[in-house]
Amino acid sequence: MKKAINRALQTVYTMWLREMLRFWRSKSRIIGSIATPLFFLVFLGAGFSSSFQVEGGKAFDPSYLAPGLIGMVVLFSSMMGGVSIIWDREFGFLKEILIAPVSRFFVALGKAVGGVTTSVIQGILILIIARLMGIEYDSFSGVLAAIVIMFVSGIGFIGLGIAVASRIDSHEGFQMVMSFLTMPLVLLSGAFFPISKLPAWMTVLVYANPLTYGVEALRYFLLGESIIPISRSIIILLAFALAMTILGGKLFGKMKV
Amino acid sequence: MLYAIETEGITKRFDDITAVNKISISVKPGELFGLLGPNGAGKTTLISMLSTITEPTSGSAKVWGFDVEKDSSQVRENIGMVFQDTTLDDRLTGRENLDMHGRLYGLDGKTRKKRIEEVLALVELTERADSIVKTYSGGMMRRLEIARGLMHHPHVLFLDEPTLGLDPQTRNHIWEYIKVLNKVEGVTIVLTTHYMEEADHLCNRIAIIDHGDIVALDTPEALKDGLGGDVIILQLENPDDKSKLCDIYEKNGCAKIVSKQNGEVFITVKDGEHQIPHVLSLASNAGISILAVSLRKPTLDDVFLHHTGRAIRDRGASEIEQVGFKIRSRRK
Repeated sequence: MKKAINRALQTVYTMWLREMLRFWRSKSRIIGSIATPLFFLVFLGAGFSSSFQVEGGKAFDPSYLAPGLIGMVVLFSSMMGGVSIIWDREFGFLKEILIAPVSRFFVALGKAVGGVTTSVIQGILILIIARLMGIEYDSFSGVLAAIVIMFVSGIGFIGLGIAVASRIDSHEGFQMVMSFLTMPLVLLSGAFFPISKLPAWMTVLVYANPLTYGVEALRYFLLGESIIPISRSIIILLAFALAMTILGGKLFGKMKV
Repeated sequence: MLYAIETEGITKRFDDITAVNKISISVKPGELFGLLGPNGAGKTTLISMLSTITEPTSGSAKVWGFDVEKDSSQVRENIGMVFQDTTLDDRLTGRENLDMHGRLYGLDGKTRKKRIEEVLALVELTERADSIVKTYSGGMMRRLEIARGLMHHPHVLFLDEPTLGLDPQTRNHIWEYIKVLNKVEGVTIVLTTHYMEEADHLCNRIAIIDHGDIVALDTPEALKDGLGGDVIILQLENPDDKSKLCDIYEKNGCAKIVSKQNGEVFITVKDGEHQIPHVLSLASNAGISILAVSLRKPTLDDVFLHHTGRAIRDRGASEIEQVGFKIRSRRK
């Protein structure tokens, strides 16, 4: 029994280690992936605050965008991390893992934990850069809590990515997933606008979107404000993470090479 | 344990194609066993089943005493596998690839370190161990994969087309490694190949596979001796005379017919040098004119030709190799 647990941990750690090594070797990709949200923050923030007013006649505060953009980065890089299984398959490495005498579930879990670590690192980078740009956070403990939220939502999206990747055959399909899944998820999450006064049809979609709860929770912990109660956001995020881990692990287990 | 590998009527069907048809083979521990056949003959499917990647449709197989279906994880513990296409992580270094493999097979840190040095030395990659795999040549990658397959001291090593797409020099090198590790490490090796020289040069025993069936199985020498001597190839002026000529030789009993195709007749005779005049005079007596004649020692090509009526062509192979390289060289 102890041996089996050791083996499982070793599998998870090995897969995590691999993601870390690859992450470290692809610095240009990291810069690219955090550049996009920073452009959003700077240009969208400046554009919004010079043209739009929020309720009560005050100017739009760019710091409103920060939690949404962190959520976006976590979503993008987590989905990417999950879907990278397609690359592993296409370039053969997946065979090496799948023929090893280890449980596929722990392989998937290790991949997920590794991918989430890289997402959280990118999220933290945005957090720091935004702070340097003058965005103020509520409290330090709030920042720590926000990092936990990044982790939990990351696990959910990476599970989703793995589940999707296990079902699509080619990297062409990957492009489809990215445009039909990630973009709507971001736009329907309240990352860029408050979700309290949306038309009814859109409200339904927004509340069905797991990223909404991630962004709301981040906004709560970083800026001290949220529309959805924090306890509800946390419960939904945890449930999403758990469900996606099970789904991703299951579909990965059935994946053919 | 009597056999390293033992299969009983193992079969794999894909929809309406039977890739492997009721094959029963046994491989002794320490043997270097070859599966020889053209592309699409079922070699890869057979070793995929033996290495637990593909489930057999029917029949059974034991690898190192474990059933490939019921005890698949014990089978995995005991085998090493080198696939046709690279399965390395090309963003990591050679050493990291080996280390990762050692971890997945449950080797502890000390053992891993020691073993990595051993296998690197075996395939002479020690100096390049800390370079990113992307910068390796095709031959180096193949060597690294072989080294990785050996990391966990497997009892049985499967090599799927180990020299596919490599230049002749590198091929010779890989052959030497394969021989050495069979001797030094004592590991049982099963390799697939469509290169005759490879099978001939390396293997203790060869199973010739065609359309999912084993058409011949023996040592390379016995397979060639089975043809009955030296090969004489006669090129006829009139291809329609083929059957007539063959009948004459068969009646006379001086030669065995290997095959007849494209205006050429392949026969085997004992003591070829002295038989050529006799063979030719039989032909001229029957009024059949011969354009050219050649004599050589039999090769496995002739054996394959004899059993299947076709030559193993490399045309298809070179296409596959090119595709393989394209996939490998495409950037992430």
